Amino acid sequence: MKSLIIPKRITGPDSPFAVMVKKEVADHIRSRRFMVLLLLVVLVFAGTLYISMSHIRQAPADPDKNFVFLRLLTLSDGTLPTFHTFLSFLGPLLGIALGFDAINSEYNNRTLVRLLAQPVYRDNLLLAKFCGALLVIGVLFLSLVLLMTGGGMILTGVKPEPAEVLRILAFVILNVVYIGFWLSLSITLSVRFRNVATSALIAIGIWLFFTVFYPILANAVVKALVPEGFLLPEQVMSYNRLLLSLLRLDPGQLYTDAATTLLMPSVRSLGALSMEQMAGAIPAPLSFTNSLMIVWPQVTGLLAATTLCFALAYSLFMRKEVRA
Amino acid sequence: MENTVIELEGLTKYYGSVKAVDNLSLQIRKGEVFGLLGPNGAGKTTTILMMLGLSEPSAGKALVCGIHASRDPIAIKRRVAYMPDTLGFYDDMTALENLMYVGRLNGLPDNEVETRARQTMELVGLENELHKKTSAYSRGMKQRLGLADVLLREPEVIIMDEPTLGIDPAGIRDFLALIRQLSRQKGITVLLSSHHLHQVQQVCDRVGIFVGGKLLAAGTLETLARELFGTGSFEVVISLAEPQDTWGNLLHELRQTEDIRSVEAEGNTLSLSCSRDITPGVVRRLVEKGLGITGVHRKQYGLDEIYQRYFEHLNE
Repeated sequence: MKSLIIPKRITGPDSPFAVMVKKEVADHIRSRRFMVLLLLVVLVFAGTLYISMSHIRQAPADPDKNFVFLRLLTLSDGTLPTFHTFLSFLGPLLGIALGFDAINSEYNNRTLVRLLAQPVYRDNLLLAKFCGALLVIGVLFLSLVLLMTGGGMILTGVKPEPAEVLRILAFVILNVVYIGFWLSLSITLSVRFRNVATSALIAIGIWLFFTVFYPILANAVVKALVPEGFLLPEQVMSYNRLLLSLLRLDPGQLYTDAATTLLMPSVRSLGALSMEQMAGAIPAPLSFTNSLMIVWPQVTGLLAATTLCFALAYSLFMRKEVRA
Repeated sequence: MENTVIELEGLTKYYGSVKAVDNLSLQIRKGEVFGLLGPNGAGKTTTILMMLGLSEPSAGKALVCGIHASRDPIAIKRRVAYMPDTLGFYDDMTALENLMYVGRLNGLPDNEVETRARQTMELVGLENELHKKTSAYSRGMKQRLGLADVLLREPEVIIMDEPTLGIDPAGIRDFLALIRQLSRQKGITVLLSSHHLHQVQQVCDRVGIFVGGKLLAAGTLETLARELFGTGSFEVVISLAEPQDTWGNLLHELRQTEDIRSVEAEGNTLSLSCSRDITPGVVRRLVEKGLGITGVHRKQYGLDEIYQRYFEHLNE
């Protein structure tokens, strides 16, 4: 956008930061690692889209039936999880793969000292690593959903609603934020651990912990807290809420909550609702802003976690001795 | 001083409780080739990193081109090019791409960067290896590419850490000659650290001997030699044809002679340390005594001896 408004300087050289970001993007695009991940994401996307395309005609009527494109992203017949469910565990892998060797490989290749001896700020390197990978991910997801929308328009002949476009764009941003969290986590690990394998394994360990063990752990904790015998509905509600709060410490849960709300306009609450709250509610889709209000805490949480990780990486990196 | 380019004042660096650099003060003038000599682990690299602001000194300060290294490292890095001892390049890029990346980081405009990179690679003799990936480069080629990387930036000061590591002897000679020539032609100040004495001896205007974090001495080779071995100290080694037991009272006689400080005999050789050059007289005396002389050698003090002497002091 900026280049459209402000004419690009014709003769002036790029800032060192821009040069580094360009190099990072080029490195990612050329790397085999990224090819494999790209293939994986595209396969998942194509698979889920195929399932939803083939079921969209006979899908039962629900409040979201007017949102053809959102349903394309969320419809499933049970044989394959939906796209965003897939992404809730593929996303971390993508983030980790793009960041786990960001700094330590430069260190081990002895390029770090040479690079830092150039007139560049040390933090620019870290930021360039982060922005480069994030840019690649952003472009990847944007092109995927644009492909989906275009394909959907050709196949169904339906024009997307403005609200749908906004929701889909918000979903793309959400994906970038979610993957950004894992990216900044893995970059932090790459600063902390000199060995590339160690940093990769620890990142994957954290990812496995959150996807597999953390829900089990949270359930076990809540189960241990629940007293035996008869419980009042209010008590059941409060324990449910506790469980949900515990689960929301997992970034994957935050992502799933936010993605569900954005892609299914009829979702009006992420927690359990009592009968009193439900009374008089008309099963109708929420407006985009209302959905956004619901996911705001989730997105803020993800952003906060990302910032925290990045700040940690920053403070570790600025103090690091550069000599090999 | 008006033309001091590098000025270190009481520079000290601790790694934990280990003192890597101890109260180092040093001045290097513009256009000078200065050799920082010392064994491995003497603190040479640490000192260099502090000059570039890549490492924070525990005490003292480093001024390079009048700029405070820890306060404004970017300004220093614009004027000073550094070639690390362990050179690393991006292995998945070609040599030319590696150089162009550095050029762009230094703000060379896009339309100039490739020409400049090509010219510099030609200068260091890599014009036939432009498009080879650096992973296929030999150690010596990498070293040359490192030099190209440094020259591309047209710096005022070049700092090189062990620049001759891994190059064959002929390569070292060319490499050092190139450095010297550039320094003379363009008035570039060069600081190079090394533990290879002979190479440093060939190119450096001044040397500093750096051991255990301390700068033991700095100056030209002659001043260092004079400081260490005293003025008018002459060492003569004479080899004789006859074995020691046929020399008679020669040793005693020599010891009585004025100007001769010490006499040592070992096998067929006689070592004298004199306060002035009395070699002709001694030789004449030996000939008169009917002894056959197979060789006379007057010792010249090179860096080897200077270095050796400092280590002796250090061990005492």
